[in-house]
Amino acid sequence: MKWFAIAVIAASLLLPPFLAGDFYINLGSQILIAAIFALSLNLLVGFGGMTSLGHASYLGVAAYISALLTARYGLAHGAAAIVAISGTVAMAGLFGVIALRATGLGFLMITLALSQVLWGLAYRMSDVTNGDNGIVGLTRPAPFGISLESPAAFYWFVLIIAVIAFMMMAIFVSSAFGSSLKGVRDQPRRMAALGFNPWLIKWLTFVYAGFWGAVAGLLYVYYHKYIHPSLLSTTSSAEALLGVIAGGSGTLGGPAVGAALVLLLKNYASAYIERWNMLLGLVFLFIVLVMPSGIVPGVEQLTSRWRTKNQ
Amino acid sequence: MQFWIIQGLNSLSLGGLLFLLSSGFSLIFGLMRLANLTHGAFFMLGTYFAATALRSYDELNIWVTALGVGIAVAAIGGLFERLVLTRLKTNPLGQVLVTLGMSFIISDACLMIWGGDSIPVPTPQNLQAPTRLFGFVFPTYRLVLVALAVAAAIMLYLLLERTRLGAMIRAGVDDGQMARAIGIPVSNLFTIVFCLGAGIAGAGGVLGGPILSAYPGLDADMLPLALIVVIFGGIGSLLGAFIGSFIIGIIYTFGTALFPELAYIILFLPMIVVLAFRPQGLFGRVGA
Repeated sequence: MKWFAIAVIAASLLLPPFLAGDFYINLGSQILIAAIFALSLNLLVGFGGMTSLGHASYLGVAAYISALLTARYGLAHGAAAIVAISGTVAMAGLFGVIALRATGLGFLMITLALSQVLWGLAYRMSDVTNGDNGIVGLTRPAPFGISLESPAAFYWFVLIIAVIAFMMMAIFVSSAFGSSLKGVRDQPRRMAALGFNPWLIKWLTFVYAGFWGAVAGLLYVYYHKYIHPSLLSTTSSAEALLGVIAGGSGTLGGPAVGAALVLLLKNYASAYIERWNMLLGLVFLFIVLVMPSGIVPGVEQLTSRWRTKNQ
Repeated sequence: MQFWIIQGLNSLSLGGLLFLLSSGFSLIFGLMRLANLTHGAFFMLGTYFAATALRSYDELNIWVTALGVGIAVAAIGGLFERLVLTRLKTNPLGQVLVTLGMSFIISDACLMIWGGDSIPVPTPQNLQAPTRLFGFVFPTYRLVLVALAVAAAIMLYLLLERTRLGAMIRAGVDDGQMARAIGIPVSNLFTIVFCLGAGIAGAGGVLGGPILSAYPGLDADMLPLALIVVIFGGIGSLLGAFIGSFIIGIIYTFGTALFPELAYIILFLPMIVVLAFRPQGLFGRVGA
């Protein structure tokens, strides 16, 4: 059964470039990028018990650094990517120091305030970020001289990185460090009494999540070849958080599924209505009120309730 | 000199508006342990209601409008609290998420109804003429606004410290379980405080209209300022909200006037300093 599930997942990841049209291949790339981003947020929300409403900061800052360095200063993609990721990780380190002064709702409010400040900066520093017009005419990198312009080539590129990201994060949470993280989430005082340093464990996780957020940001800007301040908005953070919670926070694969659902919903809905934000809000209300533990566990609960009723 | 005086008054009037926004936020947080992310949307809703009301009816006066809109927004907040938030009593994270969802719904509904252009709210006619004091010229409306915010702060203080309702609220803030045990109807207090906070934010939105005007994204501009105020001043503290509002108002206004591009970064500084030395905020008693 387990091998069957793995085969189905592998087939659904490997076959699209051979079978599907460009539209669906591109959709697949976007889903993978959103999945990396949601998985990185899940390290904080699910495994660390730190609900961040500012995760888009890392997505957006990495994307902006890469866009500015390549488009304005003519830096090569490889160098720009290294600067973007290390710059974003440094920022995550700083934000972690600030936000981890508080826990729970205080942490959430600080992350939200910090990311809103960055969003405001992206809009207002228009001679750097080009403000509301965004930065256009960006390019994709060509690793080892292979062009990523075609949808299939880009899909393979994203898939390789997504698989690495998934494996790295899986190793992270199942390692001894991951266990201590879960310990700090559930019993911070006992962990401290056992000689662990809860603050350091949380901070390192915060920075690591920022790293994968930055990777997702780079892929995002490579895919779209365009960047706009809305990437830093609360909506952007909230979409990822919705993916995490909808899929089931604290599970390994759930947030990836949740992120895929949010992205499909956004794509599908925007073909019919303009009101994505309103729909996003309604989905939030629905998920929290009806399926607080996530869609996959939620559906199981509903069906088991239905079964017991009919017995 | 005129620059400093005018900017000083601007910062005080922004501080007054921030107080109207953050006092409710802080009270709700203190009593209900709920970070109400809809608060910015309540403020914006107030501004849009004021824009429509004052532009359609010439004879309408802004104070009556503020009262009426405050009551209307309080009613919306009360419905939201009764219908949605009470179901999530045991799920604080869920509560924050639904307030976030609600803020998306309200701001998108405003965009749908009022469109994407900014709508100015007229300044009351009898306050349009500038006031001359000590040889300087002041915009009268802003002076009145500061006075109103101070009056609101005094009234809130008296409500909390001198009335039976206030005593019950304070008991709920200090120890909700014990307050329940001695028969204080804490869930009803939740609704009252949520309505009160939403109403003050809505009325604040009306009063801020002539200065800020109604535009999409007003909620996203105001909410982080309110968050910074309460993080700075201390969550759940009225005094903290009052002092924090004026300090953040001053820093933000002078920051915008002197270093327009860096104003947002300057906002970090007070927050970082306070968090470094007093994580619970200047006047906070309980850690969030």
